[in-house]
Amino acid sequence: MEAVCENIFSTLAPCLTSSGWDPSLAQFVSILLGVLLITTFPLLLALLLIWAERKVAARVQDRLGPNRVGPFGLLQNIADALKLITKEDITPAGADRIVYNMAPVIAVLSVILIWAVVPFTSTNIGADLDIGVLYFVAISSIGTLAIMMAGWSSNNKYALLGSFRVVAQLVSYEVPMVLALLVPVMIAGTMSMQGLAVHQLGMWFIFTAPVSAIIFYVSNLAETGRAPFDLIEAESELVAGYNIEYSGMKFGLFMVNEFIHAFTANALFTVLFLGAWAGPFATEVPILGFVYFMVKTALLYVPSLILRATVPRVRIDQMMAFNWKFLVPVSVVNVLVIALALKIAQGLGLTPENATDFVSNIPQTIVLLIANLVVVVFALTLVRGSVRKERLMTSGKRAEPAAGDAEQKALAATVAGH
Amino acid sequence: MLEITPNTIAFLVFALLSVGGALGVVVSTNLIHGALFLIVSLFGGAGLFVLLAAPFMAAVQILVYIGAIAILIIFAVMLTRSMTSLSEIFNRQWWISAIVAVVMLGLLLVGAILPVWGPSGTNAMLPVSDAVGTTVDLGIALVDGNQFVLPFEVASLLLTAAMIGAIVIARDNE
Amino acid sequence: MSPLQEFAPIAVLLIIAVLVAIIISIISRLFGPYKPTSRKVSPYESGMKPIGSASRRYSIRFYLVAVLFILFDIEVVFFLPWAVVFRDMGLYALAAMGVFTLVLTIGLIYEWKVGALEWE
Repeated sequence: MEAVCENIFSTLAPCLTSSGWDPSLAQFVSILLGVLLITTFPLLLALLLIWAERKVAARVQDRLGPNRVGPFGLLQNIADALKLITKEDITPAGADRIVYNMAPVIAVLSVILIWAVVPFTSTNIGADLDIGVLYFVAISSIGTLAIMMAGWSSNNKYALLGSFRVVAQLVSYEVPMVLALLVPVMIAGTMSMQGLAVHQLGMWFIFTAPVSAIIFYVSNLAETGRAPFDLIEAESELVAGYNIEYSGMKFGLFMVNEFIHAFTANALFTVLFLGAWAGPFATEVPILGFVYFMVKTALLYVPSLILRATVPRVRIDQMMAFNWKFLVPVSVVNVLVIALALKIAQGLGLTPENATDFVSNIPQTIVLLIANLVVVVFALTLVRGSVRKERLMTSGKRAEPAAGDAEQKALAATVAGH
Repeated sequence: MLEITPNTIAFLVFALLSVGGALGVVVSTNLIHGALFLIVSLFGGAGLFVLLAAPFMAAVQILVYIGAIAILIIFAVMLTRSMTSLSEIFNRQWWISAIVAVVMLGLLLVGAILPVWGPSGTNAMLPVSDAVGTTVDLGIALVDGNQFVLPFEVASLLLTAAMIGAIVIARDNE
Repeated sequence: MSPLQEFAPIAVLLIIAVLVAIIISIISRLFGPYKPTSRKVSPYESGMKPIGSASRRYSIRFYLVAVLFILFDIEVVFFLPWAVVFRDMGLYALAAMGVFTLVLTIGLIYEWKVGALEWE
């Protein structure tokens, strides 16, 4: 019995069975406990995330931030949650009640269901699906639906306009995000989350595919509505966007959901590019893996907090142009170039025989890094082209083309002629 | 006749979702509600895919149909004026669609279900999980020269044509 | 492992998450005041009386973005199983995917050149 119960986290079911429980009941109980943990953990985590957000923003703006309730103001958000609970729960007149009340529930689902496939340690994962990565993409696409439902059912112009914007942004940035996560799938040859983690024991994919990592991070910022892509709740234009009419804990659900979503996106980045739970002794002591996982994710989360406090919001046309005219072309080229480089590495016999060994990964990594350079050159060419065009446009609008440059003058004239 | 196992319970739940959702689509007078019922129905379909041991198809069903096509339908409904409250469930062509639906049901029964799962069918006793392929099989089938590479390439043409069509229609309105 | 066993944790998670979300969203109704007045429930419009209905028509551009998204969404769906088996396939697989992507990219370039991506 001692042998089976060694690690209660991963082997609760056999442990219960050996102490006389019915096997199917034991399995059900262990699933239920795991699920309760997965559901409550992110909700509590959100309180901490909101606290961190407020603290960091305050420090950037030379303020103190919450510091009255509890040590370092840590309990401030619990007080705020209690306040939200005692607020009046208003459903606006003319709202579609059923859809209106379903929207926050679906929004929360779209984030919490992702946690089922996150590999916290080498042994702890809700369900190590074969299609883990695709499951993540599919579930997060439900979030779009929740926002559409909230915006439409509120019977409010700001809400509807806001939700249109959000949906346009979310669906657009989903494309480069998925194209970027194709590269780790390609290198590892599996979509299973645990498989991806194991494949990075030798070399983290951030070193083999830095361009994909950057694309994934940027499009995740947009997917989760973080600055500078926080058009979702442009206070100055849309008041609050899709959730304007929600009050009380329904508003709380949307807010918590937003923070968990941002954290989950970073957790996924950790799985795809930073080796998930990988670290010294993580395979021997699984609980250490959990610590590594959380530390990596938290370190990724901090830059997005500082970004939010420092960067101005982009306009909707800039947001769309940046995605469709820059990120999407670059990520398509990225996938194809990396694929070609992988084939070349395979042809030269550089594919590591043992993916978990650091040294045998080096040759392939070098080939892939060269491929990444090619993609960067392509990206710079794209930027150069659009910057030149923009410069011509602005000089054309001012009707005073830069003196001496005949070619530019002629081009500006054609622009002005339109 | 039906054994009550977790499998059959799950099947009944998902079947109920997909049939109930489909009914909702047909009878709701609010087009947005219709679109949302369609999502319920599609979700039931995704669950059935899982029971058929085709999780890839289930995820694609959610990603493409719920995450993309349903959104497109909602956008399309909102682009039109006064389509959110129809007064009539039936329009003048209702009997045509009724005939088509009945014929389709008959064809499916006779052509697909009876030969495979009927009393004398080939597959009556075969568990489904042995009959379907994995994601790897699918990937190979798509790009293997001897299998489905041509339909795969034609799909890209179809998609591009659909998009160009959408642009042409949208620009006509300007 | 049968599909049911593999997805059982997800099914349980789905049910529990729905329950938790529903409980949280009705908690304000239980503990908060509930005295709706006609002013309170009127849709927010910067403090003014709402003008007209909220369900008006919106720009066709949103629709075009959605169409473009579907295009690439389906491309991605084809990409994923390809990426899984890519290692074991020959250059032929790469060429097949290259052609597929090329056709879709032509569609994107067309949309770009025609100006459907511009937001004024």
